[in-house]
Amino acid sequence: MEVELKEMLHDLESLKQSLPDPSHRASIDKLRLRVEQLTSLEKSRPAPRLKVKDMSAEVVDSNPYSRLMALQRMGIVENYERIREFSVAIVGIGGVGSVAAEMLTRCGIGRLLLYDYDKVELANMNRLFFRPEQVNMTKTDAAVQTLSDINPDVVLESYTMNITTVQGFDTFVSSLKNKSFCPNKEGSGVDLVLSCVDNYEARMAVNQACNEMNQTWMESGVSEDAVSGHIQLLIPGETACFACAPPLVVASGIDERTLKREGVCAASLPTTMGVVAGLLVQNTLKFLLNFGQVSPYLGYNSLKDYFPTMEMKPNPQCSNVACLERQQEYIVAKPARDAALKAKMEAEALLVPECPLHAENEWSISVVDDSGLDSLDAASSDMEKRAAPDTLPEGLVRELPSADKAQELPTSEAPLTSNDDLEDLRRQLEALNS
Amino acid sequence: MEGWDPNTKSTLTQIPLLTTKAGPRDGAAWTQRLKEEYKSLIAYTQMNKSNDNDWFRISASNPEGTRWTGKCWYVHNLLKYEFDLQFDIPVTYPSTAPELELPQLDGKTQKMYRGGKICLTVHFKPLWAKNCPRFGIAHALCLGLAPWLAAEVPILVDSGMIKHKDDATTSTET
Repeated sequence: MEVELKEMLHDLESLKQSLPDPSHRASIDKLRLRVEQLTSLEKSRPAPRLKVKDMSAEVVDSNPYSRLMALQRMGIVENYERIREFSVAIVGIGGVGSVAAEMLTRCGIGRLLLYDYDKVELANMNRLFFRPEQVNMTKTDAAVQTLSDINPDVVLESYTMNITTVQGFDTFVSSLKNKSFCPNKEGSGVDLVLSCVDNYEARMAVNQACNEMNQTWMESGVSEDAVSGHIQLLIPGETACFACAPPLVVASGIDERTLKREGVCAASLPTTMGVVAGLLVQNTLKFLLNFGQVSPYLGYNSLKDYFPTMEMKPNPQCSNVACLERQQEYIVAKPARDAALKAKMEAEALLVPECPLHAENEWSISVVDDSGLDSLDAASSDMEKRAAPDTLPEGLVRELPSADKAQELPTSEAPLTSNDDLEDLRRQLEALNS
Repeated sequence: MEGWDPNTKSTLTQIPLLTTKAGPRDGAAWTQRLKEEYKSLIAYTQMNKSNDNDWFRISASNPEGTRWTGKCWYVHNLLKYEFDLQFDIPVTYPSTAPELELPQLDGKTQKMYRGGKICLTVHFKPLWAKNCPRFGIAHALCLGLAPWLAAEVPILVDSGMIKHKDDATTSTET
């Protein structure tokens, strides 16, 4: 651009010299001024920032990580810089996934893997992240464009495909297994998978892959009426998998019949999606950097500003075979887990000083256990451990029914047992089709 | 099944149910499931023909039986409207239903997701979940696609979003 403008100035100068008639000189000078203005504008345009080798805690305007490294100084996170070792896969780069990707990018995550098969359209502009000039680009390419500008330190991989098809699923699994970014890491090639998809089929595909790979993941979702959402942590074998029970949704808290469903399949709001993306990435940071409490399930009802939480144990009768295998492994590993926990507790006990916390107590202040005070409310407490198929905390409902064991519909024919040849059957259907 | 018309109900009871719970990654069990899918589709197609209610053609377009293509049609005001029909068998089948696509109608109705996937959330997904693994492709067509066509085609025609093929040719000729 700069070179072209310079050439243009040169051309204008030679044009001015070659013109015999001086009456045009004023307008040529005017043109020259405009080109010079453009040149200075172009020069002042900021260059993209360069990659940073180490995260510095130095508090200067030019350090992109100073406010994040301050988390260490304030004792929230022990070692923030570890974030550069982590890989996170985000499935679904829509209203939640794209915002989650931007948050992790700004946090300086090591590597992001992005999966989506859709394109950006104007109908997406009521949500955050994508810009109108990105319409018709694939969501993955548009995301890489924006994210690499924001933080060139993040390694970005984009996969434009549908993970629910047989072929897409295979690519998905092998991309998660690729360990070239951090070869010494245990397990798969990623530390966490975030599901930010908008449909049951894709969630079940993520669930299948993660159960088979023993990969911890987090689920997120926003209701079709755009007024509620949730996030959920899934650790294969340890917590309920997505197939252990029909999916939970946060009840809107108002009469379902007053919600207008006619005509439109899904509504969306940048607010609800932004809140859910924020909850999801907050939980992700706590999980990866090991601070605070990682929520097993957190709902968000925006109409009542109500946040139900709960824990779900895996279902021993889960229909997913890989889930049952992980459950078995988790049970087998229990003694080792208990021993490790005990050793950790003992190590921590050694660190605690022997002396009392406060040597003097001039005002006789003592701490009283208040658990007895609200025993009446204890039954309705949000945090309740339960096996997956049981009753739910207030404000949560099942989205789909369970598969029933009994034959609901009487069949007029005997079940299909005769062992015909597949080719034969194919020909029979073709004969009917012709 | 409350709220379904008696015709659909009686048709449904005559479509053979399936027994094998297997998806496309399950090897021999999938082959068994595929046989059951064929038997159920054959029975349903035969039934439609004998009831003079033939309304679709569908066949596997790859040897693994994971991709299906064909046609479906709907008669409105004595005119036949025909559409391409396609879908993939998802890796998590039969826990999740196939997502039926009518690519020609993509963008023409709100009751559709990207790529022409028809919206089945309210009227069909709960039934499928409840009847897993007994329901197959034939049931998805009978309970998912047929009511969708019956609800959407009249609206699409009346609003001028789709035209009958004879109308379309005469209008381009004139």
